[in-house]
Amino acid sequence: MKGLKKKIDNVKPQFEKGGKFSSLHSVFDGFYTFLFTPNETSRSGVHIHDANDSKRTMIMVVIALLPCCLFGMWNVGLQHAIAVGDADHGLFHLFFYGLWAVLPQILTAYIVGLGIEFIVAQIRGHEIQEGFLVSGILIPMICPVSTPSWMLAVAVAFAVIFAKEVFGGTGYNFLNVALVTRAFLFFAYPSQMSGDHVFVSLGDDKAVDGFSGATPLGQLAASDGPAEVLGTLGAPLDLSQMFLGLYPGSWGETSTLCIIIGMVILLATGIASWRIIISGVAGGLLMSVIANHFATPLYPVTYLSPLEQLCLGGFAFAIVFMATDPVTACRTEIGKYIYGFLIGAVAIIIRCYNTGYPEGAMLAVLLLNCFAPLIDWCVVNANINRRMRRAIVKNQ
Amino acid sequence: MAEIIRIKKGLDIPMKGAPSSAVTDDNKTTLFAVCPDDFPGPVWKAVVKPGDKVNAGDPLMKDKATGTICLTSPVAGQVEEVRRGERRHIEFISVRKQQEDTVRDFGKASSPEEIRNAMLSSGLWAMMRQRPFDIVPETSTMPRDIFVTAFDTAPLAASVLDSELASHLEAGLECLARLTSGKVYLGVKAGSGISSRAAETVEFEGPHPAGNVGTQIAAIRPVNKGETVWALDAATAARIGILCTKGVADYHTTIALTGPCVKDPHLVRTMTGASVTSLLEGNLSAKDDIRIISGNVLTGIKIDKEGFLHYPYRQITVIPEGSHADEFMGWASVDPAKFSVKRSFPAFLRGLGKPFDFDARIKGGHRAMILSGEYDKVFPFDIYPEYLLKAIIAGDIDRMEKLGIYEVAPEDFALPEFVDTSKIELQKIVREGLDNLRKELS
Repeated sequence: MKGLKKKIDNVKPQFEKGGKFSSLHSVFDGFYTFLFTPNETSRSGVHIHDANDSKRTMIMVVIALLPCCLFGMWNVGLQHAIAVGDADHGLFHLFFYGLWAVLPQILTAYIVGLGIEFIVAQIRGHEIQEGFLVSGILIPMICPVSTPSWMLAVAVAFAVIFAKEVFGGTGYNFLNVALVTRAFLFFAYPSQMSGDHVFVSLGDDKAVDGFSGATPLGQLAASDGPAEVLGTLGAPLDLSQMFLGLYPGSWGETSTLCIIIGMVILLATGIASWRIIISGVAGGLLMSVIANHFATPLYPVTYLSPLEQLCLGGFAFAIVFMATDPVTACRTEIGKYIYGFLIGAVAIIIRCYNTGYPEGAMLAVLLLNCFAPLIDWCVVNANINRRMRRAIVKNQ
Repeated sequence: MAEIIRIKKGLDIPMKGAPSSAVTDDNKTTLFAVCPDDFPGPVWKAVVKPGDKVNAGDPLMKDKATGTICLTSPVAGQVEEVRRGERRHIEFISVRKQQEDTVRDFGKASSPEEIRNAMLSSGLWAMMRQRPFDIVPETSTMPRDIFVTAFDTAPLAASVLDSELASHLEAGLECLARLTSGKVYLGVKAGSGISSRAAETVEFEGPHPAGNVGTQIAAIRPVNKGETVWALDAATAARIGILCTKGVADYHTTIALTGPCVKDPHLVRTMTGASVTSLLEGNLSAKDDIRIISGNVLTGIKIDKEGFLHYPYRQITVIPEGSHADEFMGWASVDPAKFSVKRSFPAFLRGLGKPFDFDARIKGGHRAMILSGEYDKVFPFDIYPEYLLKAIIAGDIDRMEKLGIYEVAPEDFALPEFVDTSKIELQKIVREGLDNLRKELS
């Protein structure tokens, strides 16, 4: 590696101020620090530092997302094979079909998002920040597989610029960037984001008779009363299939099993807050039990059992990967309990009682992103009041 | 039986290079210095010129405002240099020690007035700190309480008291008790057996920063707005005892030479402000790319090979600088020898108690605050550190007050700074915040 380092060091001056490629400084710096950990030593304060940095943290989240991502690709292939009557269910056949179907989305998200990050870093003279490494993979995973790349590009550009960079970049945004992208798509292009055909990739093939690509929650939202949740070809879905994620949906978030694997990675490494996850699940369960108890044909989703509520749609994914985004979540420990609980509860409320939106997890997280500073303000104010009381008592 | 307080939040950083208990006498060092930056608060004015003869205990500098607080020479000899930096700011005043040791006699002191005057003129007053602001105590204020810590939990730290000083601690605490209408609290390590009649002894248990006086104040009786407390270590308290009972100021100190780059880490008996040149001679395992720190790795001051022992440290730590490490894709490392409190590194598998190698690299890039709750885990105060820091950065004085700035000193933020993923210079932020606040309020 010494040789590589030497070579890069040789071209480095050209990327610095006054060099030939100084307009690419931030890009060069981004790749340089990716390859070699900076040799910068501490100038003030502590002389030694913990080995953990922001790159490591973000990479751990990407690793935690991998099970969902890989499974999602396979499931895209599976749903395609079922829909077009392809009998070849070989692992690699399905996986590579899915990979090929979602790769344009992943590339689009990264190229557009990182491109904006690079430009902004160059303008501001900052280092490239790693936040988008996670957002870039999250965004395609929560979109329908047939989302056109140009729509995705517009949505990513909107979210990165208006939800993040205008506030100062990674660490300063108050809304989750991936969810803003999803919400933009949802509200700007509603017809391409819902319905029976967007969640299953048909490619150039024709669907077999009896095919319906509606998601489970989509089916329920469109029904008139208690209805059974069906798979792509009309056979009923049981709980184990829901848990494994063998149904159409935004392709990265269907498998609760893979989400749990990701959750274990995030909790073991201490990156996600267990407080948010536990209270989020508790909030969702409690609200599901209440909804189920008062189930009514007017709101058919209320007939789902609490476990089905947890396994279907984007609920689990939102709780594990979206609600736990440290920048947009509550920052106080007590606040995290309240924040998580409300996300869980609001997600189920929207899902059950607002038939216009088949899934509520996205809106619940965005809503609570807005309220997180208020929750924290209350918690911090309790600390302030405690301090004031102490001062008053002692001074009497 | 004294009360035991358990500090739960904190971290003992396991470093290589712990000192053995062997003590050697430092006979070689002849140059000693006083650095005014070690005594924040007053503006210091030199009262000697190069070539002047001084006794041990004679003033080298006095504070500009009152002219009563002195910084004194630890040894008898001749003033060698008054080193000035930008805008004639004094960096240090050095004294070359001479053979015959003439010691200034301050006279015995027993009344509060006598004790105060003796402390002011002997330089021991400047060795105390006042909270709020973490500065040398202002002479006009009466402390609500006085807090004395008798142990040091910083990485590789030496013990605060050697046997000579320990025998004078009680006398010092008695003198301190006369200076406050409140109490004198002595914070000791649980099970150390140190106790006092003059002071209220409180035992502490737990990881660093349990030995920091700030942690102890927060656990015993936090500082409120409008109150002032004094904080000092037991060595200073013992020196006050010697001063009041014998009339002389004792500037000897037993320091630890520590760290992974020291060949034979051990204890040395020397004087405060000693030049480190001869202390480290022949005892370094590497010549280049090392960092010599006067103090511990968390709060100490980086010095060069001709530097001096800074106050209040009883320790010199030498670590590799690491500026040529060129680590390839360090963020992907699975090296179990890399220390991290996070479990995303496999270090925890080999046990975090075993000593680790550290160098001075910050091991990452500077970012905005991203992760939440990191600081809280190593910050044993009833304070929200992130919010306080943000208030300081924003310069919002009202909010700083409300969030507890009067209770903290920069050293309390050393562990949060160590664990910080975003590599923010927290101690610097707090120091600037305290200085600005003091300026605004004066």
